[in-house]
Amino acid sequence: MLLIHCPYCGPRPEVEFRCGGEAHIARPVQPSTLNDQEWAEFLFYRNNPKGTHAERWWHIHGCARWFNALRDTVSDRFIATYRMGERPQSR
Amino acid sequence: MMSPAGAFAAPCPPMRRFSLRTLLSEAGNAHRGWPRQWRSPTPKSSYDILIVGGGGHGLATAYYLAKEHGIRNIAVLEKGWLGGGNTARNTTIIRSNYLYDESAAIYDHALKLWDTLSEELNYNVMYSKRGVLMLAHSTHDRQSMKRHIYANRLNGVDNEWLTLREAKAFCPPLNDSPDIRYPVIGGALQRRGGVARHDAVAWGYARGADALGVDIIQNCEVQDIKLGSDGAVTGVVTSQGVIHTPRIGVVAAGHTSVVLKRAGVRLPIESFPLQALVSEPVKPVFPCVLMSNAVHAYISQSDKGELVIGAGTDQYVSYSQQGGLHISTHTLEAICELMPQFSRMRMLRSWGGIVDVTPDRSPIIGKTPVPGLFVNGGWGTGGFKATPGSGHVFAWTLAKGQPHPINAPFTLERFRTGRLIDEAAAAAVAH
Repeated sequence: MLLIHCPYCGPRPEVEFRCGGEAHIARPVQPSTLNDQEWAEFLFYRNNPKGTHAERWWHIHGCARWFNALRDTVSDRFIATYRMGERPQSR
Repeated sequence: MMSPAGAFAAPCPPMRRFSLRTLLSEAGNAHRGWPRQWRSPTPKSSYDILIVGGGGHGLATAYYLAKEHGIRNIAVLEKGWLGGGNTARNTTIIRSNYLYDESAAIYDHALKLWDTLSEELNYNVMYSKRGVLMLAHSTHDRQSMKRHIYANRLNGVDNEWLTLREAKAFCPPLNDSPDIRYPVIGGALQRRGGVARHDAVAWGYARGADALGVDIIQNCEVQDIKLGSDGAVTGVVTSQGVIHTPRIGVVAAGHTSVVLKRAGVRLPIESFPLQALVSEPVKPVFPCVLMSNAVHAYISQSDKGELVIGAGTDQYVSYSQQGGLHISTHTLEAICELMPQFSRMRMLRSWGGIVDVTPDRSPIIGKTPVPGLFVNGGWGTGGFKATPGSGHVFAWTLAKGQPHPINAPFTLERFRTGRLIDEAAAAAVAH
């Protein structure tokens, strides 16, 4: 089980959290101007890197707030967690 | 059975078939006369087709390319050893009771090939049609399963409803008490479903493909995919040098995104750890494959006597081939509730495999935007059962440059057109 550092509550066990998938996917400002491929990429295509992954987490059984994290997908080690709207910082 | 790449580079030896006569003669010879089951050649400078990934699906693809399409100047490139990835990490369950027509077609195509696979390959893959029983615990489960049963029957796929009494008779170890947390009320049984020996599937296809002249190259990682000025593939850079080819089939389950990224192709795939574990071996105690989607458990007993238990996926993207202990604990709690007699058994080994999951939980089999580059991946948590059918239709696709009618719906384009094959509910594993 991962130990996850919630930027609001501190370190908590993984079972308190839900992973929300890849972070920083901005909803298109004008969806009507997108073609089908661009819309498919927004909805379905993901980076899925073997290495550093930016992802969203939700502390549902704690403060219930969303935040972002950088995590290494080979070691599963968290590199940083940071609040929505912030830039990642190393802990 | 395995040898390091390059250690043994002889011309294609005649395969020595297993038969009563050869087995008896070798029995008198302490089995010292069997040849290597496949060669370990050094790669040639070019091939007609390269297959990236030496698991069951890749080796099956090579076998059918050589056998049914006569294309034998091909190679399978495997970064580790044969069947060392997800082929060796699954729970070997075989069934075809998927909801949608497209899925029923491809999984039942595979099931029909499983039926005669041992004879086809002259290699015992130990396919055992012991039946796959999926449990219902609620009215919703029952309605959903009956819908599956009727849809399956319309597609010629066997599936039947069992009452609780019938389920208990079919699987006596099942706890039929009404006092458990989620009492069982019945189940859906596919009698043609069962299990097979996963290693034997990879080895059987490897031996068959090798005998037809396919070069199987282990310890050969594809580090880059080369594209020509017209954007089409021209070859690959591997840990054993550059190999030229006009056509590549990527069958690299767990690393589909990683390999295709080397050709600049991005995919609607995310990779998650999926865990399984086996118990200490015991005498035969479990007659079938039992699954429960609702409480999340699936279990069967191997011919060695181990209980083979599958857990769920972890919630985050990972390539670590391990998962959280709470995931397998959750499954073991469900197993112990459904079969309390197993509560004092000790678990011997646990492991994780990396499953490539698509948004609609159906595979992607066909062309990519790069000319000459084909993909067979995204099988999620259920690829093993499809191995023969997947290899068979992908070989057709690679040979003809066009999809076989069975895999035609499983394109990458479906995520653009919206023609998804949404099988999320058909998987045993809650994604």
